[in-house]
Amino acid sequence: MKKVIALLIACVLVFAMVSCGSTKKDDVKSEGVMTYDEYIAAALDSEVTIEAYVQAKQSWWDNKVTVYAQDKDGAYFLYELQCSEEDNAKLVPGTKIKVKGYKAEWSGEIEIMDGTFEIMEGNWIAEALDATALLASEDLIKHQNEFVSFKGMTVEASTDADGNAVPFLYNWDGSGQQGEDIYFKASVNGQTYTFVLEKYLTGAETDVYKAAQALAIGDVIDMEGFLYWYEGANPHITKITKVQ
Amino acid sequence: MKCNRIYIFSILLVLALLTLCSCHGSRSLPTFVMPDTFDTTRTYEITFWAKNDTNITQTRIYQKAIEDFQALYPNIRVNLRLYTNYGNIYNDVITNIATNTTPNVCITYPDHIATYRMGTNTVVNLDTLMNDAELGLGGSALRFSSPKREEIIPKYLSECMIDGAHYALPYMRSTEACYINKTYVEALGYTVPDVLTWDFIWEVSEAATAKNEDGLFSVNGQSVLIPFIYKSTDNMMIQYLAQSDAGYSTDTGDILIFNEQTEDFLYEIASHVQTGAFSTFKISSYPANFLNAGQCIFAIDSTAGATWMGCNAPLVDIAEENLVQFETVVRPIPQCNPDAPEMISQGPSVCIFNKKDPQEVLASWLFTQFLLTNEVQISYAQTEGYVPVTQSAQNDPVYTDYLSRAGEDNELYYDVKIAASRLTLAHTENTFVTPVYNGSASLRDAAGQMIENVAKSVRRKQEINDAYMDKLEKDITALYRLGEGGISGNDKRELGPMPSAAVGLLTVLSVTWLGIGVYSAAQWRRKRKFFQNDAKK
Repeated sequence: MKKVIALLIACVLVFAMVSCGSTKKDDVKSEGVMTYDEYIAAALDSEVTIEAYVQAKQSWWDNKVTVYAQDKDGAYFLYELQCSEEDNAKLVPGTKIKVKGYKAEWSGEIEIMDGTFEIMEGNWIAEALDATALLASEDLIKHQNEFVSFKGMTVEASTDADGNAVPFLYNWDGSGQQGEDIYFKASVNGQTYTFVLEKYLTGAETDVYKAAQALAIGDVIDMEGFLYWYEGANPHITKITKVQ
Repeated sequence: MKCNRIYIFSILLVLALLTLCSCHGSRSLPTFVMPDTFDTTRTYEITFWAKNDTNITQTRIYQKAIEDFQALYPNIRVNLRLYTNYGNIYNDVITNIATNTTPNVCITYPDHIATYRMGTNTVVNLDTLMNDAELGLGGSALRFSSPKREEIIPKYLSECMIDGAHYALPYMRSTEACYINKTYVEALGYTVPDVLTWDFIWEVSEAATAKNEDGLFSVNGQSVLIPFIYKSTDNMMIQYLAQSDAGYSTDTGDILIFNEQTEDFLYEIASHVQTGAFSTFKISSYPANFLNAGQCIFAIDSTAGATWMGCNAPLVDIAEENLVQFETVVRPIPQCNPDAPEMISQGPSVCIFNKKDPQEVLASWLFTQFLLTNEVQISYAQTEGYVPVTQSAQNDPVYTDYLSRAGEDNELYYDVKIAASRLTLAHTENTFVTPVYNGSASLRDAAGQMIENVAKSVRRKQEINDAYMDKLEKDITALYRLGEGGISGNDKRELGPMPSAAVGLLTVLSVTWLGIGVYSAAQWRRKRKFFQNDAKK
């Protein structure tokens, strides 16, 4: 009996190892493609080649598209990739792409610009990393551009041009209208942060835009989005769930 | 045979009539004809597409202007749609021309109007409207005090002329300014002159790149410094060429931009990108963010961006702890010849889109004029380093009082903003605009793209040499379809399926030509047969 059990355990271990190996194999980059660590270590303005999975994209225009992409080690902001309208239709969330472009920094946002891409075999959607506890941490930037969540945040008042307390503003100062970017504040652990609905990512017709318009001061919400950066964290929110 | 001829002739006649009917039913608009009077018994709903600088005060001024106007003309309702950049307005107008869903009144640039006019009678020629004694500029039948034609600054009004006619009215004017960290310039051993030269700005910028042994920049003690950042590289190239008396384009659209001075300027820029002395907005970010953090010494941006410039600026995009204290001074952009300064004239103009109903156009015209009244002009000009476009507003005691109170606070009377407005006022006669024609907007984009490409290439360790310049010219010419007129390669857009009227028209034309062909062939065969028979006889 012991022998049978030992044999079974051995088999399970072998399968487990094979299984682990297969997962790792999925992460292997094609020849000439950088790992995420190599990408992060690459100098600004140097040519980079990465492989990642599309997580979301902004509206296509003028043969260009801006993509939020991620692999299992980190995330990439692909600014204005060259892209035909036909190829744009293929860039659905999960699609694996190989991107060649130049590493750049714009107001703290690390991105790939002047990039081209090709679609590869493979599909993966990232799970949102709970970044709530990281909001006040200097480590937050290590997750720049990742798909993240913020939980149990309380909607705080923004001030409109008339000095009124409002739950959100169209544009950063309230100068916009319906359809423009939405800015709102939310707090956790006594600290308040600003969040954005980027109109080219989540326009007025999307559920999240409508959810933001329905926010009230004091609402407790969970959020998901991409950890974009502009002179500091500037998360682009893609989902809002009212908790209470 | 006689019956056949009549039959064929009838078919051709019907086809010809159908062709004419189809033309009549197409989507082009008739030329606007000024009605004798404005029909106040009817109600009108017009749309106004406006641009603001992401500035809530500007939004509120538009809203108040609409309220005030509607109080005077309760039968006209104005719907405001806000944009935060001219490019988006341009793209949306182009898209809407195809479906005749353009706005009624639109903030725009003359370069863009030239493209809008590709459509037949798309944009209203304002000359008749302007000159009408009752409803024109300063007209007797208006319910508000509109400026007379001669009260609009002639230079600004002339900028709205295309092909000899006015297709817009100026709304606000600005130019570019150099916002300078005077503290750092003096720390480097220089004195800020009244008029900068390119040589001065390059020299100081290079001096500022010096570092301490610890690797930090000597002048600011930080790890980041881009001494000279230019926001609009389109303007950078255009103004340099104008100052150098070098070619840009002719009035009719011949491209002259690829010349020796352009190439020399690009080499000069490349050398300063190489040392880290120069960068652009597109590559690095807003000049104001670097200036206010003590990471830039010369920030060139529009005078309409003055409220963001300086460590006491009312609008700031960087964290408060990153602000550095320094003295900001405002100067005209660098010059080739400081004794004869030249700088771009820019700022929004207003055009009116044509509609089938001339009364609706007239309603649009009334609102457009209202935007030139003193109250609207002065309040909007105060939001940024703009200036009003009428003498009456510029000379209004409210406005002169405003200008005299620079520095009283860091909001309405923010000194950098008022200095920027004063600069624009002082140099009105030193400003210029580039020729406007269908395709001029593309050339403007191309002018800036050359600088961006060179700067990016240097940063990417590519060699800038004659072969590079040759390729750059070819690439830019192809990308922007220079010399071809119309929408540039960079502006390619889907125009959607051809309208059914156009399809019908083309079908009828094809059938007509086919009919003509068949008839001619039949005639030719009949004649040939006749001559053959005649010869046999």
